[in-house]
Amino acid sequence: MRSTAHSFRNNVHAALRDQGLQRALHRVSGGFADKRRAAVEALPEFEALRAAARAIKDHTLAHLDEYLECFETQVVAGGGTVHWAASAAAARRIVIDLCRQSGARRVTKGKTMVGEEIAINRALAEAGFEPVETDLGEYIVQLAGELPSHIIAPAIHKTRADIADLFRAHHGRQRELDSARAIVDEARDVMRERFLSADVGITGANFLVADSGSVVLVTNEGNGDLTATLPQRHIVLAGIEKVVPTLEDAGILLRLLARSATGQAFTAYTTVFTGPRRADDRDGPAAFDVVLVDNGRSAMLGSEYREMLRCIRCGACLNHCPVYGAVCGHAYGWVYPGPMGSVLTPLMLGLREAGDLPNASTLCGRCEAVCPVSIPLPTLLRRLRGRQHAEGQAPAASRRVLALWAALARRPRLYGFVMGLGVRLLAALAGRRGRLRRVPGAAGWTASRDLPAPAGQTFQAAWRRQRADHAR
Amino acid sequence: MHLVLTMRVALFVTCLADLYRPQAGFAAVRLLESAGCRVEAPVQTCCGQPAYNNGDFSNARAIARQVIEAFGGYRHVVVPSGSCAGMLKVHYPRLFAEDPRWCERARDLSGRTHELLSFLHDVLEHRDFGACFSGCVAYHDSCSSLREIGVQRQARELLSRVTGLRLAELKDSEVCCGFGGTFCVKYPELSARMVDDKARSVQATGADALLAGDLGCLLNIAGRLRRIDSKVRVYHAAEVLAGMADGPGIGDRRHP
Repeated sequence: MRSTAHSFRNNVHAALRDQGLQRALHRVSGGFADKRRAAVEALPEFEALRAAARAIKDHTLAHLDEYLECFETQVVAGGGTVHWAASAAAARRIVIDLCRQSGARRVTKGKTMVGEEIAINRALAEAGFEPVETDLGEYIVQLAGELPSHIIAPAIHKTRADIADLFRAHHGRQRELDSARAIVDEARDVMRERFLSADVGITGANFLVADSGSVVLVTNEGNGDLTATLPQRHIVLAGIEKVVPTLEDAGILLRLLARSATGQAFTAYTTVFTGPRRADDRDGPAAFDVVLVDNGRSAMLGSEYREMLRCIRCGACLNHCPVYGAVCGHAYGWVYPGPMGSVLTPLMLGLREAGDLPNASTLCGRCEAVCPVSIPLPTLLRRLRGRQHAEGQAPAASRRVLALWAALARRPRLYGFVMGLGVRLLAALAGRRGRLRRVPGAAGWTASRDLPAPAGQTFQAAWRRQRADHAR
Repeated sequence: MHLVLTMRVALFVTCLADLYRPQAGFAAVRLLESAGCRVEAPVQTCCGQPAYNNGDFSNARAIARQVIEAFGGYRHVVVPSGSCAGMLKVHYPRLFAEDPRWCERARDLSGRTHELLSFLHDVLEHRDFGACFSGCVAYHDSCSSLREIGVQRQARELLSRVTGLRLAELKDSEVCCGFGGTFCVKYPELSARMVDDKARSVQATGADALLAGDLGCLLNIAGRLRRIDSKVRVYHAAEVLAGMADGPGIGDRRHP
């Protein structure tokens, strides 16, 4: 899917006026945040777990090469294969080759954000395969030809009526779809047949366990397990940052993941896959392939954005972001929305494409406060702004205003004089009304609010006058 | 004897209080003086946040050095704003992370810097200023006060000592009002949506007045409340605590 991050402002404008979207957002707003709060309050050691999780991630990232090699050795020892993909294109090529080797036609897919990142569905379809999303939300988004609007709730922007319409248009069944139950039943019906006829199953990975070569996957629908175990080949797509040293480490992160994401203590399904089917296994794939995707991650590792690689894709920062809450995920224009996306998208697609994203934040800090691995998201966003400024990418008008202001702020006497005139002028314009409805050059402010008028004299001027009077 | 006990405190009044609401600065002075401080206000401009948050770190550093120089000799520097206090306390040391000499001075200032309400409550432990305010007020937690400085309980405890004042809690009190410094003019539509949500939850409390410890939020929320012709008055929390909230609130019609 092509990025529209460069037209973020237009996307925002449209999203705020999209009544269907606003209705859908309104219904879910606060739901995840309230559930997370309840889950955190019920777990006294939550903060201690957070510190432990951060330490696990930092340690692993500091020795990432060793843990990845260890992971590969263990996967191979268990009969699987590891493929290294430096770029999105390389990852797509590997997946398509594997599907060809299996003589596949239908490819089922569990939910994978890195799969979205490398646009695997389009590549599969273009190569003649039939990719089928099996996570209900992803399936809905696939039918609609859209990107997920949330990293854990991909169809959060859709109302039940939207979904019923999509199903009617694509399934061609005459069925009442007037309840969530009816919709889920129909999806289950359609999906069952696809699961059974799939030749390759692709899933993501929540964690890769270095010392056992295992892949940990969580879902709430069990679709990941059917995707992984029914076809003859299971392909795992995973970013290289997903590796952790041991299953115990994964356990600590798992205790944070679902609580941070949906407020569940644990997801409904948590599965550890280790290698292909063994001789005495009753089911499982004959081939087990893990594609380790770099796609810019090594560069991040060696940069001042390294902390972003701690991300475990829980979505808590989206759920607590007032900007995300106002416009939902599509406005961000690409795969990763919200605060984490506002850091990742410019790093993966470039600041010229996604220059608005790091700026469209009040740096309110709620994302960092709820992040299970304490990523300093506001600091990273500010760093991106610093890079933009240093590279001269900020809009010329705002650079000029800022430079003028800074020149004044660095000259206190001149500043006092100029600002003193300014506040006197604004106060005179406002008169007794005490506020201004329109101010030249401040349309952004006055479009939706009045400008409270200043008192007319600055604190510092009044203060010095008072002190002088006292002294006399 | 009295002189010996008096604590010399510098007020970093913040550019928004300086320019827009001097009364908030005078209220801070009154509170500090009645708690036994001798207040001075060295010549100052701004803490540098507009440059810092727009990625102009070199101007931010220049302004920070100026503040560090001007506020060098004081035992305490008090700021009637969570976000400007956070700038001095948290971000100045970060700005000079690669400059040991200035980093040391920034750390020194950081240790001496306090947000006003937490200074009164936690450091001076002076919590009752004998003020009266008749009516119901809602207190808005600014993001920086709440998450960077840790002011939450303190503000409410100080306000609860004001005679006649009833405190109402805002729904979603942890959510940003949409000011965000230059964010509000760079992304006006997003900011408008956020401040509208906040203004609605202010009105839903039925409060007579909205208070906060940060003028950025106050100007933003007051601007929206005035635009929708709300009756809710808006003051800096210090004005109410200092008994100086009997006149027009922020953006209100002035008395003839």
